[in-house]
Amino acid sequence: MINMTASIYLDYAATTPMDISVIEKMTDTMRNHYGNASSIHQYGRNSKKLLEHARKTVAEYINALPEEIIFTSGGTESDNTAILMGAHARSDRGRHIITTAVEHEAVLKPLKRLEAEGFEVTYLPVGITGELDFEHFKEAVRQDTILVSIMSVNNEVGTIFPIEKIGAFLSERDILFHTDAVQAFGPLKIDVKKAKIDLLSASAHKIYGPKGVGFLYKRKNIAIPSFMLGGNQERKQRAGTENLPAIVGFEQAVCHMKANRAQFNQHAVNLREQLIYELNHQAINFQINGNLSQQVPHIINLYFPNKLAEQLLIQLDLKQIAVSAGSACTAGSIKPSHVLQSMYGDQSDRLMHSIRVSMGAFTTEKDIKDFVKVLKEIV
Amino acid sequence: MEQNKKTRIVVGMSGGVDSSVTALLLKEQGYDVVGIFMKNWDDTDESGFCTATQDYEDVAAVAEQIGIPYYSVNFEKEYWDKVFEYFLEEHRQGRTPNPDVMCNKEIKFKAFLNYALTLGADYVATGHYAQVVRDNNNVVHLLRGVDANKDQTYFLNQLSQDQLQKAMFPLGAMSKSEVRKIAQDAHLQTANKKDSTGICFIGERDFKEFLMNYLPAQPGKMMTFDGKEMGHHDGLMYYTIGQRRGLGIGGTQNSNDPWFVVGKDLSQNILYVGQGYHNEHLYATKLTAEKISFTHDIKKGTTFKAQAQFRYRQKPVNVTVILNDGQTEAEVYFDEPARAVTPGQSIVLYDENECLGGGTITAAYQEDQQLQYI
Repeated sequence: MINMTASIYLDYAATTPMDISVIEKMTDTMRNHYGNASSIHQYGRNSKKLLEHARKTVAEYINALPEEIIFTSGGTESDNTAILMGAHARSDRGRHIITTAVEHEAVLKPLKRLEAEGFEVTYLPVGITGELDFEHFKEAVRQDTILVSIMSVNNEVGTIFPIEKIGAFLSERDILFHTDAVQAFGPLKIDVKKAKIDLLSASAHKIYGPKGVGFLYKRKNIAIPSFMLGGNQERKQRAGTENLPAIVGFEQAVCHMKANRAQFNQHAVNLREQLIYELNHQAINFQINGNLSQQVPHIINLYFPNKLAEQLLIQLDLKQIAVSAGSACTAGSIKPSHVLQSMYGDQSDRLMHSIRVSMGAFTTEKDIKDFVKVLKEIV
Repeated sequence: MEQNKKTRIVVGMSGGVDSSVTALLLKEQGYDVVGIFMKNWDDTDESGFCTATQDYEDVAAVAEQIGIPYYSVNFEKEYWDKVFEYFLEEHRQGRTPNPDVMCNKEIKFKAFLNYALTLGADYVATGHYAQVVRDNNNVVHLLRGVDANKDQTYFLNQLSQDQLQKAMFPLGAMSKSEVRKIAQDAHLQTANKKDSTGICFIGERDFKEFLMNYLPAQPGKMMTFDGKEMGHHDGLMYYTIGQRRGLGIGGTQNSNDPWFVVGKDLSQNILYVGQGYHNEHLYATKLTAEKISFTHDIKKGTTFKAQAQFRYRQKPVNVTVILNDGQTEAEVYFDEPARAVTPGQSIVLYDENECLGGGTITAAYQEDQQLQYI
């Protein structure tokens, strides 16, 4: 039904298409390496070899040790494990947790559960530019704080958070530091040792890898129990037969990212500049949410004062253009973004009138031009 | 067919079989069809279950089967302001509101229609059993659905000519069983889905319990017009004129005839009951109505004869209508006394099969005597 050649995909922050090299690696693994990595026979050994190779590649990319990487089903599982298990492991020391008001639901919902269990959670608001005030953060830390979970890059606006400063500050205290790096992993150079991160969540499908696979980095010597119980996979850290084709695909995505990161980021910077230029050139009434100098280049959040985001999204889709806005609530309609709410307040017009545009490796200058042309018609 | 491709029709899809078949038929006729689920009410319960989620899943499945894009649009605020507030206010006034009429007037053919127009729609279509026919002067006439048992023009009576100009009802010429058959033959996911019953935002829940959440119940006396106390009522808003069930009164020494609600007194909080289906207090010779609206300029003058229905699925009766100067209010005289004319409900006027329009009943009369219904 949809004419694929004419369609424009500008929702890379939701998920990316897979790189062809990833698809090929995965297909080869599915075809030739079906052994269970836990089996003793040659099929098992062969799969185990691929699994550990992938672990090493991924670990190196963030300057971690291979044994510090636990493969999971993705960002959500990694976040859930880090937060629920991390908090429980430290609950004898205290019951206070710090996070931000702009985290992904995969962080906020487990925290809600912990609150119901009697933990106390401080939600740090962000400023009008989307940035986290480091001084503000420091003041929130208490004697009984046991866990801090702060995202590396915000998924809706693209704001980069001061992870290294937070890590350095927390490393002098006995407080677990988790970061949801799902949007940061790939475009940003992450060094878990330098940033003094204890727990980090990442996912493959934001970096041209497959869906349904991610990892949790867990610093050596940190003891938190496994979330999934069953077999002894992942050094007893995560039960369940390893999804080898996806893990091999993830490894390939990391290799691909490593080789092309600088180029991808430059491409995104260029496209973003072009987008802003075209919007101005077409005299479209818009504003940027956030502060571009503190954001990853491939995500931009735009406010169109005269247009409901939901309506804009549908109109764009009917013209084969894919962007996103807020998050879907029950029955598919859009609820106001909690991120923009923290930045601009409950009453801001921006909440219902903003969309997220996110670009990537396959986005072309023509895509941006055509997108703005259609916007001009609609807005 | 080829021409239809350029006509965009936005279909209001509820996740039921009727709107599913509506979308299917239009798609088969070659139109550019877009499906929209109207999210009008948030009924998420404590466990997180929400019927709208299931309904939207059904919309998604059907739209995929047909091959049309589909979206969910939130009209909760409009629905609350225009339909639910009205619903509560009518109950507060002791009247029996008709939220479906208001939903068609304010939501489906106003908020939703306007939304669809911004998406480039030429028409909106719904699964109503009604027909729209355009005459040589480009006037659209609203006609009853062919399936007499399903005809829904009663609920569409408040639509204006402007609204009808943009409406399509592809099921109007079909029977419900034909619609089911089409859905089954096309293996639509909703082919055997049960029809929704009752008021959409209350659904299967207990009406009394639902209303209690929003309006304080004021129990009071249940009496006969002769002044005999017959027990207590739970709150006037839970009863409607002519209602038999839920009174909790058995036969008396004099008669075994069942008891009915025959009147209300809001100021004294009394519910009047009387015996017998044909109780005299249930019969009116005239009613008055407000918010009169016509489906087009019917050019009948201020006094005319018509057929009328004062409740859904009722056999139409012959009436004489006298309009006020502004044509916003009416007195409607029945040829034969009419039973259980209920303030708050719609009086809908017909000329044979054509729905001319209607209004909201404000009072019922026996000759010149107003019946004690509010």
